[in-house]
Amino acid sequence: MSHYLDYAATTPVRAEAVEAMLPILTENFGNPSGAHLLARAANQVVDESRERLAGALGCQPGEIVFTAGGTEADNLAITGAVEGRGGRPAGLAVCSAIEHHAVLDPVEHLGGAVVAVGADGRIDLEDLRRTLTSQAGSGGTVAVVSVMLANNEVGAIQPISEVAAITRELAPGALVHTDAVQALCWLDVASLTAEADLVSISGHKFGAPKGVGALVVRERAEAGSKLVPLIKGGGQERGRRGGTHNVAGIAALAVAAELTVAERAEQVERVTKLRDRLADGIAASVDGAIETGDRRTKTANICHFCFEGIESEALLFLLERADIMASAASSCSSGAMEPSHVLTAMGFDRAMAFGSLRLSLGYASTDDDVDAVLAAIGPAVERLRERG
Amino acid sequence: MSGTNGSTRPRDVLVAMSGGVDSSVAAALLVSEGYNVVGVTLKLWGGLGDSGCCSVADVEDARRVAQQLSIDHHVFNFGDDFNRFVVDPYVADHQSGRTPNPCVECNRHIKFDKLFRRADALGFDLVATGHHARIVTSTDGRRWIGRGADAGKDQSYVLHMLDQTQLGRLLFPVGELTKDRVRALADELGLRTANKPDSQDVCFIHSVGGRQVFLGDRIPLRPAVVVDDAGAEVGTLESIEVVTLGQRRGLNVGGNPDRRYVTDIDHQAARVTIGPRRDLLVEAQRVENVDWAHQPVHGPCRVQCSAHGSVRVGRIEAGERPDRVIVVWDQPQQLVAVGQSMVFYRRHGGPDRDGTALDGTALDDTVLGGGVAAAVVASNGR
Repeated sequence: MSHYLDYAATTPVRAEAVEAMLPILTENFGNPSGAHLLARAANQVVDESRERLAGALGCQPGEIVFTAGGTEADNLAITGAVEGRGGRPAGLAVCSAIEHHAVLDPVEHLGGAVVAVGADGRIDLEDLRRTLTSQAGSGGTVAVVSVMLANNEVGAIQPISEVAAITRELAPGALVHTDAVQALCWLDVASLTAEADLVSISGHKFGAPKGVGALVVRERAEAGSKLVPLIKGGGQERGRRGGTHNVAGIAALAVAAELTVAERAEQVERVTKLRDRLADGIAASVDGAIETGDRRTKTANICHFCFEGIESEALLFLLERADIMASAASSCSSGAMEPSHVLTAMGFDRAMAFGSLRLSLGYASTDDDVDAVLAAIGPAVERLRERG
Repeated sequence: MSGTNGSTRPRDVLVAMSGGVDSSVAAALLVSEGYNVVGVTLKLWGGLGDSGCCSVADVEDARRVAQQLSIDHHVFNFGDDFNRFVVDPYVADHQSGRTPNPCVECNRHIKFDKLFRRADALGFDLVATGHHARIVTSTDGRRWIGRGADAGKDQSYVLHMLDQTQLGRLLFPVGELTKDRVRALADELGLRTANKPDSQDVCFIHSVGGRQVFLGDRIPLRPAVVVDDAGAEVGTLESIEVVTLGQRRGLNVGGNPDRRYVTDIDHQAARVTIGPRRDLLVEAQRVENVDWAHQPVHGPCRVQCSAHGSVRVGRIEAGERPDRVIVVWDQPQQLVAVGQSMVFYRRHGGPDRDGTALDGTALDDTVLGGGVAAAVVASNGR
C-alpha cells in the first residue's frame, strides 16, 4: 500500500468534484460565452460556481477572476499590478524571501525588492517597514506588496493583516497580494485575507483538478482598475482574463472549495494530531533531525525536517522503497542544483538545506501513513549516514 | 552476463543514463538480461555547456528512454561534488600551467565514487554505465579493464583508475558492441536517442566561448609572449592559461607551419616558445600519481597519452615510490603535457610481468595502471 504524504504538492481529486465535472465534459459541453441553450447552461455553471467560491473565500462573486491555476493568479497579481494602466509602470513589486517562485520570479524579473524572514520562516515586519520607507524616501512608488498566507515548504503562516496595515501606512497606493494557495484546507482564508486586495488560490491543492485556480480582485480597493490583464482575448472575466472558461474545472473548484471550508475545523483538529505524532516521532527516533519553523505558527499539515549528514534525494529514494511518497522541499525544485530558497532565507546552511524532507498530510491521511514513515525513516537516515 | 547470478533473486543494478545512446542501450540490455534496473541521470553542471550530459533536454531523453523500458528513473544532483572535484581543480590546473583531464577526475570522484557510494547506500548490488570498455577476468580471478570492442570508441583510457572492488560491482553492457551495433539496437527498440550525436569535448565548456571564456569568467587570464626557438618575439596571445604543450593551432603567428609547435611554456614569465616538432621529442617521461590495477608493473608496455591518441611503445622503470614511474620510450616521443593522463596497457601478446597466466587473447590490451604526466627527465636537443 502506498502512503501519500505530499499533499502540499497536489491532492487527489475529490469524488464530489469528479461528479460535478463529468456532465460538463459530456452532455453539458457548451461554451459559456455563447448565446444558445447549451452555452447558457454552461454559463449558468460558471455563474453558480463563482457564487459558491465567493462564499467559501469571503468575497463578492464579481471579485473572482478564474485562472488556469495558482501560478497564473500570482503572475496576474504581480505583473498586472506593476505594468500599470496607460503604459506607465505603476511602481515597484515587493515580496517576502519565502514566496513561491510564482511570485518571486515575476518580482525579481520586474526588479522588485525582497523582504527578509526570521528563523521561523515568518516575514520580518521591521524589514518590510524599512523597505517601504526607503522606497518612499527615494521618491519611488510601490505597486504591490505580496506575502503568502502559508508557506508551501515549511508551512509558516504569515501575518497578512499586519502586512496590509504596514502597507496602508507606508505605501498607501500599493495593492496587497497574498498567495493563499496552500492555505484553504488549514486556515480561515476568508477572515485572514480580508485586508488583502488580491488573493490567489489553486484548485489542485484542495481536491479540484490541476489547471484551475482564481485570483480574488477586491472591488473596494479599485484593484480591478489598477490591474492589467496578462492574457488578453475574448473579454471573459470582465476583460481581466481572456480565454474560454475551463467550465468543468471551475465547477470542480467551487465544489471542492465548499467542501474544504465546511470540513476545515474537523480536518485541522484531526490532521494536527497526525502531524504532531509524526513530527514528535521523527524528532525522538532520528539523531540530528531539526524540525523547521514553529508549530504554533505553521499549518496543521506540514511536517518538515532538515537532517544532518544526508542528502534528501537519497532519503526520498529509500522512503519510496517503503512505499512512502514525499518531497524534499517544493516539488518544483526536485532535481534542482540549488538548495531551497526558503530554507536559505531562514538561515539554514547549504548542507542542511540539501538534507530537507517535507511530509505533508491531507484530508485522506491516516494513522497508517504516520506509522509507515516512523517505521522507515530511522533506518533510512542511519543507512545513508553510514554508507552515503 | 546474467541478471540473477545463479540465485533466484534478480540483482539490482543502478545504470547511469546520460541521455545518450550508449547508456540508453546499456539500460535496455540489462533489462533484457533480467536485472532489476533503475536509471539515474546525474545533474552535475548548471551552467552553460552544450556537449554535456545534464542539460534539461538530456534529462528528458534519459527519462523517456527509461519510460520506454519500463524502468524507474531518478535524477541525482551531484553539482557540489562536481564543482569541488572536477571544475575547481580544472580551473586551478590551468591557472598553474597544467593540462588537466576533467573526464578522468569525473570518473574517479563522481561516477565511480560518489555514485558508487550512493548506489551502495540505496541497496544496489551493481552499477552500470554506457562506457565502451570491457571487464575481463584473468585465470587467477583478478579483474582488468579491457578495451571496448569498438576500437574507435574505446574508453578504457578514462577508466584506468578503477580498482578491484569497483570492477567487481560494475557492468559495461555496451563494451562488447560496436557503436554501429549500439545505434542499430537503439533503433530496433525505438529509443529516441538512437540517432543522437556523440558528446564531444569537456561537458561544462560551451563550444562557442570555449576554454578561454570559461576560464576568463573564473580567473584572471594573463597575456603571453610567443618567441621562436632562437628567442625572438614572434607574437602575443590573450592568455597563457589555455596554451598546451604540442599545440599548433590558434597561436596567431605566421612562418613555417612545421616550426610552429609549442615546445615550451614558461608559465611564470608568461612566455611560449614555438619551434619544430623535434624539439618536443623526449626519450623518457616521468609519470606520477599512478593507480595500479593490481601491484606495480615494470618492463615493456604500451602507453596511451590522450583519450583517442595512438599507442606508444616503451618500458616502465620503477620510480622512487610505487605511484611514480619513468617511461622510457623505444623511440623518442613527443613530450606529454604535464597533467595529462598516461595509461599503461599490457604489451600486445606479450608476457605478463607479474606472473599471471594469460587467458587466451582476452588480456591483450588490458589496463595495467595509469597516472599523470610530470616534468620531463630526459630530452633531445634541450
